[in-house]
Amino acid sequence: MSQINNSSFSNSRLINWFKLSSPSTFYPLAGKLIPLFWVLAVVFGAAGLWVSFFVAPVDAVQGQGYRIIFIHVPTSWMSMFIYLMMAAWAGLGLIFNTRLSAMMAQALAPVGAWMAFLSLWTGAFWGKPMWGAWWVWDARLTSELILLFLYLGFISLQASIDNPKRADKAGAILALVGVVNVPIIYFSVKWWNTLHQGASVSLTKAPAMAQTMLWGMLLMTLCLWMYSIAVALMRVRAIILERESHADWVRQLSEVKN
Amino acid sequence: MWNSSAEFFAMGGYALYVWSSFGACALILLLEPLSIRARFKSIVRRLKQEQLAEQFDKESGQ
Repeated sequence: MSQINNSSFSNSRLINWFKLSSPSTFYPLAGKLIPLFWVLAVVFGAAGLWVSFFVAPVDAVQGQGYRIIFIHVPTSWMSMFIYLMMAAWAGLGLIFNTRLSAMMAQALAPVGAWMAFLSLWTGAFWGKPMWGAWWVWDARLTSELILLFLYLGFISLQASIDNPKRADKAGAILALVGVVNVPIIYFSVKWWNTLHQGASVSLTKAPAMAQTMLWGMLLMTLCLWMYSIAVALMRVRAIILERESHADWVRQLSEVKN
Repeated sequence: MWNSSAEFFAMGGYALYVWSSFGACALILLLEPLSIRARFKSIVRRLKQEQLAEQFDKESGQ
């Protein structure tokens, strides 16, 4: 009796989330979503670049060199945001023991690492003309560098353990412990006296910059966000095929059949 | 805002810094999906070969 009730309960749900968390249902869904996110990334990217280079006025102090902000801030935001997403997926995998969650965390790690790298790279190319140094051991820069190392540590830890279940568990613990670094990056400019400028956008104060500059940064962030989703979905499909290569549903896929 | 394309590319004297930043991002945002596509294609190729080998085994076993 209770069994019947249970099944009718789960069928009455609009979307069965646990069914979606199975790789065999998620794989075709991800395939359909990827083009959508690519289109969004291109649209937001075109609009963002247009605002960054043709609408936003020249800065009174930094001249045209300040335009690096339109790529530096979005990559920095995404590097932190992707880390939180990655840790959340890894944590879900640890709690519910769902295969797909761990694969999502694994798919997000490289794109997050690239964002952290680009944040440091564009920061160096901004710091050189404005501060006179490519790199300083400043709180914000150092904590962002640690974030890059956390990503690289997660990737290499997972790669070094042969048993996928154990690799997922070890990676999840590393990812969750590393979360503590994200607020440190965010608040570093407040907690320490640093060379890096304070937050350019604040939720509590009116933005300390021209509206058009804010729009440029937001559009570029949306572009990178959509790009990250598209790339993570592409990578998770590859990971699913690699890990589930012996499952029956993989053999029935049209792209795999001869 | 820009009077000529030369002025645009000069970026008020910051050309090296601005274009190195945006260029590196463009390069990585292009190369990452291409490398994933190559990885995806290679796994699909491997799976196809495995199926072909199994089929061959079955047919020669008869």
